[in-house]
Order: sequence, then structure tokens, then C-alpha cells
Amino acid sequence: MLECRDLHKRFGDLEAVRGVSFRIASGETYGLLGPNGAGKTTTISMACGLLEADRGEVLLGGRPLTTRSVAEKAVIGYVPQELAIYPDLSARENLRFFGRLYGLRSDVAEDRVGEVLRVIGLTDRADEQTKNYSGGMQRRLNIGIGLLHRPKLLILDEPTVGVDPQSRNAILESVERLSGEGMAVLYTTHYMEEAERLCDRIGIVDLGELKAEGTREELVSLVGEHDRIALEGVGDLRAAADASRALGPVLAASVQDGAIQLIVDHARSLLPELLGEVTDAGVAVHSVDVHEPDLEAVFLHLTGKALRD
Amino acid sequence: MRAALVIAGKDLRQRLRDRSALMLAVVLPLVLASIFGVIFHNAITGRVTFEFGLVDLDHGPAAQAFVTDALGPLERAGLIRLSRESTFAAGQSAANKDQVSATFVLPAGLSGAVARGQPASVRVLGSVDSTIGTQVAQSIARSYADRIETIRIAAAAGRNTSIDAAKAAALMPIVIADVSTRNRQLDSGTFFGAGMAVFFLFFTVQFGITSLFDERRDGTLQRMLAAPIRRGSILTGKLITSLVLGSASMAVLVIATRFLISAHWGNPLGVAVLIVAGVLASTAVMTLVATFASTTEQAQSWQAMVALVFGMLGGTFFPVAQAGGLIAALSLATPQAWFLRGLENLTGGAGAGAVAGPVAAMLAFAVVTGALALMRIGRLIAR
Repeated sequence: MLECRDLHKRFGDLEAVRGVSFRIASGETYGLLGPNGAGKTTTISMACGLLEADRGEVLLGGRPLTTRSVAEKAVIGYVPQELAIYPDLSARENLRFFGRLYGLRSDVAEDRVGEVLRVIGLTDRADEQTKNYSGGMQRRLNIGIGLLHRPKLLILDEPTVGVDPQSRNAILESVERLSGEGMAVLYTTHYMEEAERLCDRIGIVDLGELKAEGTREELVSLVGEHDRIALEGVGDLRAAADASRALGPVLAASVQDGAIQLIVDHARSLLPELLGEVTDAGVAVHSVDVHEPDLEAVFLHLTGKALRD
Repeated sequence: MRAALVIAGKDLRQRLRDRSALMLAVVLPLVLASIFGVIFHNAITGRVTFEFGLVDLDHGPAAQAFVTDALGPLERAGLIRLSRESTFAAGQSAANKDQVSATFVLPAGLSGAVARGQPASVRVLGSVDSTIGTQVAQSIARSYADRIETIRIAAAAGRNTSIDAAKAAALMPIVIADVSTRNRQLDSGTFFGAGMAVFFLFFTVQFGITSLFDERRDGTLQRMLAAPIRRGSILTGKLITSLVLGSASMAVLVIATRFLISAHWGNPLGVAVLIVAGVLASTAVMTLVATFASTTEQAQSWQAMVALVFGMLGGTFFPVAQAGGLIAALSLATPQAWFLRGLENLTGGAGAGAVAGPVAAMLAFAVVTGALALMRIGRLIAR
């Protein structure tokens, strides 16, 4: 659906994007994960034809996309990071305006406006000026505008920044549903949890470069770390540790600080079997702590700094 | 073009909701035109009638000649109205109480002094509240005195030191022609109605192009740039907004001033053509100014400065062209001056053809400033 090839962009002395390449298939959600200032917004600005690349190209459905493209942009739904709505127009008027701008006939636009208002939960206040909306409602409208014309590619630039937990969850659920309906999604975030939850594949960006990309598992494997489990309980911990070593995914087991410490593969799937083994060994477990290597660890491994630095 | 119309439609909807735009485009010019019209009605029409007092303590032929030949024609023309007082104190009191603008005092012995070729004087007692009236009275008296002085010098040169006072005073009688130019100038209602309309037109049209800065600030420009429309459509939409707002506000003001302050705009077709040319010129000028700004506030303050300077120079508050010289020449460098000149050409029942020159001048403005604006306008939508 979308292919970015060797994108470069410079603003004065700052090289904001340096050779970023990635591709997204229909129905796939691709996340660009990186801290603020990593070059995510500049990259997606080029990916949706807002900004001309100094070098490299963007292909949409195999056709080049530039700032001057018109027809190609019709298949893109763009949700900017900052709110981009008219405060003195109602939600219905905002949606109607952008619907007409995307070439929807007025009767089609009216139908779609009604549908989107239902999806974003603003039907009851559709005719109220948006300046009277809460931040969450404005955010939902901001996303709704991007969905109005049924785009094949939805580009969301950090849509949950500054959003309350309830609205944030609603936004994430919407993105999951859209992806399930076959829409390609390009999603930028600096929240590791969002990238892990939503994205089929993730590109880790820092200082304008794509440091690595792949599925969560592929990225985690880059770190070379395994899952860790700590079991606290009463009984013969050492015997229980020895017994657990018999399980295939258990790579190492020891007793430290009054707990059984295990290094394993696939901790979550192993856990029921492991607890059974330890209990059979006469230990009454009263605390389980699972630690899986995450994207935070991957980012630290790749860049030498934490994601939120 | 479809996208441009969609954008213009949205902009116009926003502007209609913005009461400050309505105030600036219609209400304010109408209110100011009404106020100015009332204040300056007499000065503009030239139909001034000054009240003067007269104290004749001479009763001789020179005093008689002053009253008959100097003041008489002005009184008959309705430019002055005389009230006679018998004593100096009464005349002074009338001026002090502002019952008259000034009092002429013809002292005893005036005719004798004139006849002997000796220095003579006519006193003018002015009201402190009527500086213009006092100046007019002083001018009349000075003119009379100059005439006597001329004859005295001529007589002295001919060694005739005895002058017939009546003849001396009657020579070269003061002739005050009716200098009212109401046949070529706009009456006060029309002048201030048109002046304020074209002055505020420059503020009204800025709502279109300047809203690009708001769109950029609010992120909606980005959203439009991501939409499947040409970038030129965004600019065209904004320009359409300016043109529609400008034309609509002018049309409303023409009709409103016609009924509220009795403005006479002249031939409707000529007025319509003038308005279109004026709107084009003002939009082009304001767009050019906007291309030098980076923010809404910057654009609005620069546009306000240009509108104010052009408005003052163009004679929208007072007819600066009558000052002559450099100011008159400079005023022609503004669309406002040509707009008002076009309306003047329409007075007296002239047809639409009378505005050809002013319209051509305003269109030239539109073309030149519009071309410069087009060369720079791309930066307004550059990301």
C-alpha cells in the first residue's frame, strides 16, 4: 500500500530524516516508535504528501506521491498530532467541510458524516460549536475527520498525546477495529505500550534514522534477552528450582533472595505448567513476578538511551 | 474550482458568525459616516451662513460702502447674516456670548480718514468659539482695507491727497462668487458614506487572505494540504472570500447610506463597476501586504497601517486633494482616491462611462499589486 524509500529531509543544519525506508501492506498496522524529535512527524509528513523529500521517494499503491499529487491523496486519511478542527464550526460542519474537500458528493457526505458521528460518539452534540467540546471530544473529532472518506491508508501522528485514559482507550480500540477491516495504518507514537498493542510491525526511529524494524518478537530477539520469572513461596525452594529445570523452556533456575529465579522462553505460556511443577515440589507459591524484555529494552539496546529521554 | 468554492463557503460561514467582521464591514463604517456627515455637513456642502454683528460708529460714506459693497453681496448670497448693534459694547457682548461669529466695528471718523488718505481701521471682534467665522470676518475686513490702501497709494502717486471716500470704497467692489462646488463634489452624506465604505473595505477584504495564518496556527491548513486538492485552490478560495466579503459589505453600505444618511451614489451601473474595481484593488493590495507577514497579528497590523495611510491619503476622511501640491499628487497613488473621484464623476446624473478613468486606475492597481502578490503568495501555504 505504502512504500517509503530512502527518505531524507533537512531543515537548515538539522538533518531531520536520514534514509528512512519502510513499507506497509493493506490491513497492516505499522508503528513508528521513537522519542520526541526523532523525525517521526517529518517522516509521515513526507509519507502523506505534505512535505517534499530532499531525497528518496514515496510510493502509494505503486505510484509516486508528492506534495503536488491530487488523486493519490484521496486514499489517505491524515490525523495530525495537534488538533486540526475549526472551533467556530460544529462537528457536523467540520466533517461536512472536509468531506466535500475530499470529493464526497453532498448526499454521500451527509451519510458518512452521520456514520462517523456515531463512531466517534458525537451524534448528540453534532451541531454544537467544537470550541465547547472537551479535549477528548475534540480528539475524537480530529480522528473522525481522517476516517470520513473511507481511506485505504490511515496515518495517525501521535493521536493520544494529551488524551485522558478513557478517550485514549477508545482511540486505540478504533485503530484496532479499522486495521481489522483491512485498512493500512501508519501510527507514530512514543508510547511503547501503544506500539506493542496496536502494531503488526514496528520501526524504531531515533535521530532521523530507522534503527530497526520488525514484529515485536523480532525486535526483542535483537536484544538477545529472555523472560525472567521470580517465584516467592514457602517450602523447599531449592528442590522446586531443581524440579523446574526439567521443563524445556526453562533455561536456568536458582534460589536468590528468598525466591526461585528462573530464566525462560515464553514466560506467559509456561507459567501454568511451571506453577504445577513447583507446587508438586512442595512449595506454596504466594507471589509471581514475570519480567519480559520489551520495546523499551530494545530501544535502550539500539540507541543507548531510554525511550522517554 | 469546486474545492475553492467549498473553502470560500466555509470561510464565509465563519465570517458571518464572527460579529467583529460584521461590525468592521458594515456597522462601523455606517456609524462613522453618519457621525462625520452630521459634523461636517456645512463645511462639505459650502452652504455656510455666518452670523456677524455690525457696529457702525462712523455713519459716513466709507462705512456705507463697506456695508453695501463688501457685506451686501455676501448677505444676499446667504453666506452671512448681519445683526446691527448700536454700540461697541453691544457688539462686543454679542461676540463674547457667541451670538455672532464676529462683530465688525466701523469706528467714528473712518470716512474722514479715508477721504484724507490717512490710516483707517475696521475692527473685528471675534468669538472664541468660532475661529473659522472670525477668520472669514477678518478676511472680509482685510480685503476692504487693502482696497482702500491701494487707492490711497495710487492717489498719493498722483499727488491727489484728497480722495472721495465713497468712490474709493466703491472702486473694485468685493465680489464673492459662490465657490460651492456642489455640482462637482459629493454632498456630505455621500462623501462620508463612500469614504468610510472604501476605507473599511481595506479592512474587510483582509479577512479572506489573512485567515490562512489562522488555518496554519490551528492545523487546518495542514489538513487541507493533505487533501486531494490543488494548493492553488486554497489560495483561490481565500481570495474568493475576500472578494465576496468586500463586495457584499460595499453593497450593504451603498443601500444603507442611501436611506440612513441620504447618500447619493449616482448611476447604479457606474457604482457597481467602481465597487468591483475597488474590491479587486483592495484585495490585491492587502494580499500583497499579507505575503510579508508571518502571523495573523503581524499581517493585521501591517494591513491596518497600509489601510490607514492609504485611507488618509486617499481622502476618505477629508478631501485631501483640495490641499493641492504634493498631497494631491500622492493621493492619486491610492485606490481610495480614484474610487471617490469616480463617484464625483457620477454626480450630476453622469452615466456609467464617467467612471472609466478611475476604474482603469484601480484595475491597474489591482494588476500591479496582484502580480507582485502572486509572486510571493506561495509562502503563505508553504509548510
